[in-house]
Amino acid sequence: MADVKLVSLTKTFGSITAVDNMRLEIRDKEFFVLLGPTGAGKTTTLRLVAGLEKQDKGEVHIDNILVDDYSPALRDVAFVFQYYTLYPHYTVRQNLEFPLKSKLRNYSKSEIYRRVVEVSKVLHIERLLERETVNLSGGEMQRVALGRAMVRTPKVFLMDEPLSNLDAKLREEMRRELSRLHFDLGATFFYVTHDQVEAMTMGDRVAVLNEGKILQIGTPNEIYNSPKNVFVAKFVGSPAINLFNAALEKESLIIGDKEMVCTLIEKQRSVLKSYGKKHLILGIRPEDITITREKQKLNSYNCKVYFNQSMGAEDIINLKIDNTVFRAVAPPRLNIKVGETIYANFNIDRAHVFNPETEECVA
Amino acid sequence: MAEIILENIVKRYGDLIAVNNFSLDIKDKEFLVLLGPSGCGKTTTLRCISGLEIADEGKIFIDEKDVTKTRASQRDIAFVFQLYALYPILTAHDNIAFPLKAQRYNKERIKEEVNKVAELLQIKHILHKKPKELSGGDMQRVALGRAMVRRPKAFLLDEPIGTLDAKFREEMRVELKRLHIDIGATTVYVTHDQVEAMSMGDRIAVMNLGILQQIGTPHEVYTKPSNIFVANFIGSPGMNFINCEPKRRDGEFMLKLLKDEIYILIPEEIQKLIKNKVNGDKKLVLGVRPEDVSFSMKKEESSLTVKVYVIEETGSYNIIDVNLGSEMIKVRTLPIVKPSIGETAYVSFDMKRISIFDKETESSIL
Repeated sequence: MADVKLVSLTKTFGSITAVDNMRLEIRDKEFFVLLGPTGAGKTTTLRLVAGLEKQDKGEVHIDNILVDDYSPALRDVAFVFQYYTLYPHYTVRQNLEFPLKSKLRNYSKSEIYRRVVEVSKVLHIERLLERETVNLSGGEMQRVALGRAMVRTPKVFLMDEPLSNLDAKLREEMRRELSRLHFDLGATFFYVTHDQVEAMTMGDRVAVLNEGKILQIGTPNEIYNSPKNVFVAKFVGSPAINLFNAALEKESLIIGDKEMVCTLIEKQRSVLKSYGKKHLILGIRPEDITITREKQKLNSYNCKVYFNQSMGAEDIINLKIDNTVFRAVAPPRLNIKVGETIYANFNIDRAHVFNPETEECVA
Repeated sequence: MAEIILENIVKRYGDLIAVNNFSLDIKDKEFLVLLGPSGCGKTTTLRCISGLEIADEGKIFIDEKDVTKTRASQRDIAFVFQLYALYPILTAHDNIAFPLKAQRYNKERIKEEVNKVAELLQIKHILHKKPKELSGGDMQRVALGRAMVRRPKAFLLDEPIGTLDAKFREEMRVELKRLHIDIGATTVYVTHDQVEAMSMGDRIAVMNLGILQQIGTPHEVYTKPSNIFVANFIGSPGMNFINCEPKRRDGEFMLKLLKDEIYILIPEEIQKLIKNKVNGDKKLVLGVRPEDVSFSMKKEESSLTVKVYVIEETGSYNIIDVNLGSEMIKVRTLPIVKPSIGETAYVSFDMKRISIFDKETESSIL
């Protein structure tokens, strides 16, 4: 098990910079998630670590060893792909044995047997060992693919969207199993996904990537509650954060044509005063807007329910004031009806303020 | 705008019954979702409504007119597949205008109609662009525009956003729902994604193996699932299922976990229902949603002892997976609740909100 260090890593394909001067330190035994939209450079980063691509600039260190000149096999990492790459007419056992039979490793027969049994126990696939992989379900195949990575106890597990081809139910189950597997193995996981739910639920730390650049690194809690910029704030969290163009006037932020006047808390006021910019973006998450039928003391706005989206455990209420549309979360027992007029109460201490040009968080 | 009625529709492919005696009334202006796993018959049902397939048995009415044998082009409904199936050499404007040109509308009329649709979709500024110059979202808006421009009686949508990134899907869900509210056209929407069904549908028809399992509002199918299939398919994280059997202990009627010496006390009304509806030793499944389980580090009266298996944080709430004997259950908690893996904790169920199913028939007995 090992840490991974990327120093000024850069990779270009023609005129496109896929990975742009990336600096990253993944700690030993950490479940580290690289999160970003399609084309952000996530998979390229992972392939550079694995040695499947060669960087144009920068260094890759694994376990304090500079591995730039090492072939993929010598880097001692295991790659788990989005599409399970199993040998279809081999049994599960043969698939699991395969990486151990490499001449490079020279394991004894009894050692191979022991490892396969051990791994299949952890992954609950013991009863599948003698089956051909073509006869497995998607979830079972992904377990076998994981098992094949696990048998040779690599220094680092590199996982490229391993759950994205599974259906929703199975993905949920596999998220739980991967989290637990990481806990049980105590191995370093470097995991790539475009799905913020996977990043939040499994990661010890998350790096948000866009256009080859890391925008923020932090625990899920930090990324969610203290986003450094608009992109991170929007990308993490579902339903997405509400963003309003706002103007600072004295002690308040004015949204739209005075549709909403938000009284700020002391800390926000002093920061924004010294920042000295009039036009700003106010960001507030749907769960930080409380819906009531009576007007509350502070930052309570009369609005109309435009439409509802039921999510089962909660309702997403889409609200409208003049031309401003935004979303709040309400418990289903409130029984909010379309067309109803209610009060949306902003918990302003949970809001974020961004600079509209740089999109950086300022308060 | 139209009402669509399906009466006892049957569609076979050789030996396979894709749609089995399916009846459904879709109201005017309703957003109805056909939800189910792949192969459940939802797309076949949609194709029968569109006329791309002709039902083997049963009748279909659109606006009270029997269209069972009517050709697709005569049914006056728009079928939208993957939303971005556009003509690459035509501008957005010409893509939208295409169906009108085919119907030989005059130029002014076409311009007027395209502009109306573009306004509604907020794409006026991109009408001169070709598909390859558009973002994915704008391409979808153009494709929708093409379906909307001839003002069909109803829209049929087949997994239109299934292949997009998670983040983008969320945006499109809001947008499709908004459009439906603003246009008010009858919409039948097919998906395997329960989040789409819940967040957009006025009502959801849940299908499995060609058979309608339940129809109701999102709230109804979520809180009162008619069977285990529906309960399991709807909701994320999913409902917890606990295998148990009715048993007496200390004179009290309780539910005992099948594999463990764990007893769950249930309210009297539910006891009565169980006694009335099932004979003595029948096996049951208790269903409880993660948000209806409360979690505590302190033991309380009637709470159950569990062990923490894993914690999943989502930002706005946490999901804690715990072992209750040999069963695994999920608990939804506030983000501040963060026990350690392996720790002992206590849970209790909101008994007003549980479901009880017959293990054999899988039907709800409440």
